[in-house]
Amino acid sequence: MAESTGLPERWARFVGWLDERMPLTETVEYHATKYYAPKNLNFWYYFGAFALFVLVVQIVSGIWLTMMYVPSGDGAFASVEYIMRDVEYGYLLRYIHSTGASAFFLVIYLHMFRGLAYGSYRQPRELLWLVGMAIYLILMMEGFFGYLLPWGNMSYWGAQVIVSLVGAVPVVGPDLMQWVRGDYLMSEITLNRFFSLHVVALPLLLVGLVFLHVVMLHHVGSNNPDGIEIKKHKDASGVPLDGIPFHPYYSVHDFRALIVFLFAFCVVVFYAPEMFGYFIEKPNFEQADPLKTPEHIAPVWYYTPFYAMLRATTFPLLGLPAKFWGLIVMGGAVLIPAILPWLDRSRVRSIRHKGALSKWMLAIFVVSFLVLGYLGTIPSSPTATAAAQVFTLLYFAYFLLMPWYTRAERTKPVPERVT
Amino acid sequence: MSDVETDDPRPDEGDAGDVDKTRRRLLVGSTAIVGGIGVAGAAIPFVKSWNPSAKARALGAPIEVDISKLNPGEMLGPIPAWRGRPVFVVRRTPETVEQLTSQSDELADPDSDNAEMQPAYAKNAWRSRRPEIGVYLGLCTHLGCSPKFRGEEGTFFCVCHGSVFDLAGRVFKNKPAPDNLPVPPYRFETENLIVIGEDEEHA
Repeated sequence: MAESTGLPERWARFVGWLDERMPLTETVEYHATKYYAPKNLNFWYYFGAFALFVLVVQIVSGIWLTMMYVPSGDGAFASVEYIMRDVEYGYLLRYIHSTGASAFFLVIYLHMFRGLAYGSYRQPRELLWLVGMAIYLILMMEGFFGYLLPWGNMSYWGAQVIVSLVGAVPVVGPDLMQWVRGDYLMSEITLNRFFSLHVVALPLLLVGLVFLHVVMLHHVGSNNPDGIEIKKHKDASGVPLDGIPFHPYYSVHDFRALIVFLFAFCVVVFYAPEMFGYFIEKPNFEQADPLKTPEHIAPVWYYTPFYAMLRATTFPLLGLPAKFWGLIVMGGAVLIPAILPWLDRSRVRSIRHKGALSKWMLAIFVVSFLVLGYLGTIPSSPTATAAAQVFTLLYFAYFLLMPWYTRAERTKPVPERVT
Repeated sequence: MSDVETDDPRPDEGDAGDVDKTRRRLLVGSTAIVGGIGVAGAAIPFVKSWNPSAKARALGAPIEVDISKLNPGEMLGPIPAWRGRPVFVVRRTPETVEQLTSQSDELADPDSDNAEMQPAYAKNAWRSRRPEIGVYLGLCTHLGCSPKFRGEEGTFFCVCHGSVFDLAGRVFKNKPAPDNLPVPPYRFETENLIVIGEDEEHA
């Protein structure tokens, strides 16, 4: 009797009480303590956890910024300056949020590269990959809407350029563009709706999709650098022989990496929050002026590969203007990774066992993405445009030729167990 | 476990043979259709609320611009006119006016055939009511940047993506911009007073 009133017993009774009313232990076991992740996960598997962490950082810092920000044509720019100068630690909250946006894209791009390299999109993870792509799309919209909110001159004209893209849709374009803006030019009305989408609608969607992404991952199980299924070899109790419980092993492992990540994050927040004009562009220290376009318009770095492709599309086709095809090329470049599960016909998943062709194509893809990213930041010139056209073709070649080169090449034998 | 157990209150449905599946399908189908129409109807206010509001439309009041101090070869503006957007007013030199009639093969739409880009009275070589005075909406027809006036070259140049327009707002060939700069509705109140945003048709 004396023992049953001890703290561990009372705790166990409390958990038992909860378990009768909600699936607590069951959920913790399913998603953490009895979720068996492959033993051989490497460096590239940190970025999913980082992305989740950055999402929380963005939500928390965003909630605080919303408390002090004024979403109006007269008040927006001034309220951002107020946050920067008058609110205690306001500058830090803003820089955490603006650096967080860049960090989010950085870790998501690395996370996606991991998927490309190790074939994480392949059967049975197609849906997991598609939900991930949806998260990426929502994230791009979130970044775009958020960038208008400081109401600086680059915010204003950057949004003007992207909203004008909608006008490239045949027939309904101009009306659609006006509907999106809610005015005859970018104005406070546009600012207000972007604010609502940025702080309410898209974060809700994002959190829902991230939840779905994690649930789907834990249902099909994590892929690994060898691209083999650890569920094929289980012990007598049904535990994968090459698996290890996510908690405590990978949770602690990720936590250690998170400290390194946070260190780098803080260095940027404290010492280079504008990142020399790449995170916060110089014209954005000037209030939005509907009469004056900045000398050089460039989006924030994480959109520049796609912006370079938009600018590279300079010729009309099939009676439709170049502007329309620019929209198609840019949209296509963003969306095309979604169909990877059906483009990759290789007998193996991981780049480790694929042939030289696949390795070269992946390298070409990465180089194209980086070069296009650079080209999107510089003013347009005939040389830059020609280069962007070549790299746009290479970017698409990685995807569109995949059904052939993955089937044609000789693959290496795949090990039975993880290495 | 035992203290939260409940009995299934639903009665046995019997075999599937007792269920009238046609009737069920009809009911489910018709409910879905009626419900779908309801959802579409309910979406209308949400979609329509994004159109320019009455306030935004009212701000489009015409603006009077005095051009008495505008010298030949210079531009006035950008003026926030015609719904707050940047409007350029240029006074062209006689040489420029002459030139506008002779450079047609370098232009994408020299004769202003796209009727949406200007009122009928501006469908001429100068794309204006008076040859020397031009009034244009200063937003590039590519992606909406505001071009810069380059008086010495006699062009409008868009720094964003490199489109070039002549001083009648006509775009040069093989540039990203698909159309000429739009001409807003305008009229001359007096010799030197232009009303932008209003003409005989558009009040």
